Amino acid sequence: MSTRSTPPPPSVPPPGVEKMRADRLSAWFGQKRALKDITLPLVEHKVTAVIGPSGCGKSTFIRCLNRMHEVVPGARTDGQVLLDGKSIFARDVDPVRVRRRVGMVFQKPNPFPAMSVRDNVLAGLRLSGITPADPSRLAEEVLRQAALWDDVKDALDLPGGALSGGQQQRLCIARCLALEPEVVLMDEPCSSLDPAATAKIEELIHELRERYTIVIVTHSMQQAARVSDYTAFFNVGELVEYDHADVIFTKPSDPRTEDYITGRFG
Amino acid sequence: MRTELDAAYSGRTLAARAATAASCIAVAIALVPLLAILLYVAQRGLGALSWSFFTSLPKPVGEGGGGMANAIVGTLELVGLASLIGIPIGIAAGLFLAEYRTTLLARVGRFSADVLAGVPSIIVGIVVYAVVVVRMQRFSTLAGALALAVLMLPLVARTTDELARTVPDSLREAALALGASRWRIAIHVVLRTASPGIRAGCMLAVARVCGETAPLLFTAFNNRFWNESVLDPTSSLQVQIFTYTMSPYDDWHAQAWAAALVLVAIVVVLNLVARRVLRGPRAA
Repeated sequence: MSTRSTPPPPSVPPPGVEKMRADRLSAWFGQKRALKDITLPLVEHKVTAVIGPSGCGKSTFIRCLNRMHEVVPGARTDGQVLLDGKSIFARDVDPVRVRRRVGMVFQKPNPFPAMSVRDNVLAGLRLSGITPADPSRLAEEVLRQAALWDDVKDALDLPGGALSGGQQQRLCIARCLALEPEVVLMDEPCSSLDPAATAKIEELIHELRERYTIVIVTHSMQQAARVSDYTAFFNVGELVEYDHADVIFTKPSDPRTEDYITGRFG
Repeated sequence: MRTELDAAYSGRTLAARAATAASCIAVAIALVPLLAILLYVAQRGLGALSWSFFTSLPKPVGEGGGGMANAIVGTLELVGLASLIGIPIGIAAGLFLAEYRTTLLARVGRFSADVLAGVPSIIVGIVVYAVVVVRMQRFSTLAGALALAVLMLPLVARTTDELARTVPDSLREAALALGASRWRIAIHVVLRTASPGIRAGCMLAVARVCGETAPLLFTAFNNRFWNESVLDPTSSLQVQIFTYTMSPYDDWHAQAWAAALVLVAIVVVLNLVARRVLRGPRAA
């Protein structure tokens, strides 16, 4: 890698505390390189959106941030990801610990169908062998945080799959928040939802920013513009541009970014 | 043009009707043996069935009456003990096969389970005889239950394996992202999600070994009295049916039919329960 003379990708120094940082991060699926030397700081209590055309590596990127990438057979990484300045790839770091601090919400809502709404919320704790002191209070608190309490307070014993798609996705967010993560990764959380449900999730992201550091992958540039403080544009595994969202969407410095956001490709 | 299309459609409709009729007939033919067994066993068995059949021990040859209380309890005991051994090990093995499906051990295990499922039950009986009965120098309920458990193992393991693999990977991924370990995911997510089907599969495995006679002949053997511990030989409906049918006495033949009826009833009830279990929790 040292033989390559690519300049370090453009990245704006963040005003604020740096919560996470990808440092010359590369990722492979077998022989195929999905990410090339990504260096990207993530600011605490801000929303960072990752945009780019399909197959540009944006999902792979956030899956590296909580060590979910390595779960895929044949997948590997190179470079560093720092969480509060410490490498999450270090030999003595347990991936289970990383995933508890860096939570994840997936593209398709995936509540556990055999568990009730309440059990879904508490699943993360139970799956780690922890019995919460006051399960119903915790469930209520987290469901309120996920703006789902009013919808499901009378349906806590229904199976998780009985909710609507948007409610299921907020249930998955609640399930993630119950573990009190520091960073929440969202992989196209609205791509299977209708506009009304999408609006609710976006509103939620705004509120969650107060307590969590959020990274959201999205296909929708409008969504990135609406929810994010910082936006990173990826293309074919490279970070093309990273800046304040309004800069990316109003006066991007790279012509490729401009082409993408104006809809000329992607 | 129009008539051409009509002709084509009417030809297809005819073919479809013929195919439907043919499959209905095939189903009817398949049902004939089942109905025949149920009716014939009921007809022959009901006459010999009495209260004392359920409450008393077999009488010696020549004395009338007597029952098979010990054989009914013996069958339940054998099958119950076999389930206690076979189901937990089978489920655990099946989960391993599904969750570590690409490992060499899982592939070898899956192949072995398929082979074991095809091994004639009498051979399982002989092996248990050689390994357990000869060593312990006694026929025993335990040996019989072990033979039945060995027969249940591949059925339970492969059912669990198949059903666990239908659990979508997105749920495993969700649990993984929540910081769960592999074995907790296997138990709390995979097993729980697949459990209605696995329970039904276990019931069917139990029903299947209920009728096994060959492996019991030289493991649990037989007993004219109550067995006092799992280390004693025990009577069972299956072996009683076999013994009584082979005898030259008419009243024993009648009792064998009664035993057959009870055994068929047990299997039918287990199958019905399995069906209910399969449907139950989803509907609730």
